[in-house]
Amino acid sequence: MAKDLIPLAVKERVRNVLFHRRIVFGIPFVWLLLFFLLPFALVLKISFSSAVMAIPPYEPVFTLVDNTFSVVVNFGNYLFLLSDSLYVAAYWGSLKIAFMATLVCLLIGYPMAYAMARAPRHVQLVLLLMVMLPSWTSFLIRVYAWMGILGNQGLLNSLLLWLGLIDEPLRMLNTNFAVVLGVVYAYLPFMVLPIYTNLVKLDIRLLEAASDLGCRSLTTFWRITLPLSRGGIIAGAMLVFIPAVGEFVIPELLGGPDTLMIGKVLWEEFFNNRDWPVASALAIVMLALLLIPIILFHRFQSREMEKHG
Amino acid sequence: MVNARKVSFSKVMLVLGLLFLYLPMFVLVVYSFNASRLVSVWAGFSTQWYGALFQDQQILAAVWMSLRIAFYAATMAVCLGTMAAFIITRFRRMRGRTLLSSMVTAPLVMPEVITGLSLLLLFVQMAELTGWPGDRGLATIWIAHTTFCSAYVAVVVAARLREVDRSVEEAAMDLGAPPLKTFLIITLPVIAPALVSGWLLAFTLSLDDLVIASFVSGPGATTLPMVVFSSVRLGVSPKINALATLIILAVSLIAFIAWFLMRRSDEKRLKGNA
Repeated sequence: MAKDLIPLAVKERVRNVLFHRRIVFGIPFVWLLLFFLLPFALVLKISFSSAVMAIPPYEPVFTLVDNTFSVVVNFGNYLFLLSDSLYVAAYWGSLKIAFMATLVCLLIGYPMAYAMARAPRHVQLVLLLMVMLPSWTSFLIRVYAWMGILGNQGLLNSLLLWLGLIDEPLRMLNTNFAVVLGVVYAYLPFMVLPIYTNLVKLDIRLLEAASDLGCRSLTTFWRITLPLSRGGIIAGAMLVFIPAVGEFVIPELLGGPDTLMIGKVLWEEFFNNRDWPVASALAIVMLALLLIPIILFHRFQSREMEKHG
Repeated sequence: MVNARKVSFSKVMLVLGLLFLYLPMFVLVVYSFNASRLVSVWAGFSTQWYGALFQDQQILAAVWMSLRIAFYAATMAVCLGTMAAFIITRFRRMRGRTLLSSMVTAPLVMPEVITGLSLLLLFVQMAELTGWPGDRGLATIWIAHTTFCSAYVAVVVAARLREVDRSVEEAAMDLGAPPLKTFLIITLPVIAPALVSGWLLAFTLSLDDLVIASFVSGPGATTLPMVVFSSVRLGVSPKINALATLIILAVSLIAFIAWFLMRRSDEKRLKGNA
């Protein structure tokens, strides 16, 4: 009898555990499926529709009338994006600005993260909070701060005039320079953080071994530290590059009439022209361009999340 | 060994980088006390813009709306994010886990205009099929914010879950504790700091969001970033400087408390190890 009792209890336990697992798995899964993945399918669908003056302002793609199921696929929006040089220029402008900003972030952020990782432990915590603190205050307000600094009558121009370095105000606000500066300023903490996390875990014995074997410190850096922190660099670069490509607030506030960025074009297409199908097609092409960076980031992130400490 | 006292390139960059991060905010704080409307002119110390800020009914209503949404979104995001973190770190052979982990990491980098547009299209479609949501507003912004905030919470909680010693959990389960009880008594207290920091992160992210909220909100619901944006678009406004100063003050205060608590627990841990 006892022999049978134990497996039964174990079976009960296993069933209990599996039941809980299914609930824990099901809730976030369904939520994300419904509110994250499904919406993308809808964007894809609407991108094949055409705009009409109605509510909602697009033609249905799938219709069921008199037992006839019909699918109307309109490639017009994509052809339209290709035919108008504005859109191509906007994609290109976004990629260029995002790339430049990512590069500048890396050049400033890497040495910052390096110095942080080398600091004594109690200082590290303070530095970490100091780097993160700006990103917890309002993003919008931090971008706005530069409007007052870069403007024609702004702080920087007043300072330069007062110093006698320039005779008339430089046009800095509403230029691509201001947009790159704004992206660097807003996203710098996201570059520093993953690199720091990576460098702080670096096995210090490797560096000691290198220096014991007579390796110069710069060589040690190039051949050991930098390659080992590759994961952090990739994560940081993607955390800056991908959102920067679709950035709307920064080009809107700091950019000028010649600043063409796709996030701003999409916004205007949607809110000003109310052309939802074209806005959807713009989003789909943007996603396609960002697919490789997103996969790169995902690979790094899931390795980080699954690794055992 | 690396000399800790030497002035190195990286240390100089760290100081310059921090200056770069803080100077613009410092400027905002200083000019919020400027009596003049213009940035370039200092017309003496004044707190008039703070008075004007607290009389602005539109801003006050938007603050209240934003705080409510952020509170609900952060709370829901902690629940969903913790579950997702559990699946990713613990249920290694579960079917669909890979899909879930990509749905958790993608929102971290997804451009906001795409997320906003896609969610709006979902809500429009849902309203057509089911009649809900009839009006877009607090509820739709809450759903949108919960979705992207839970991804951040999942990352924070997963980092903590990886460090947890599982032997205590396993012992409790072996001794017959049901999974839920094991979670509540053993795991929850250990990951509580991560839940708190995840909640705070989600709260600030929700408070800060302009783009997604603009897409999914209706005429009835205006959040604080929307009000700030429409005023800032027209140029520099001293009232917004005053608002910025208050936000910076609040965040610094919370960061200081967090630092104090973290340092204390750090010291305790070091003492425990010794």
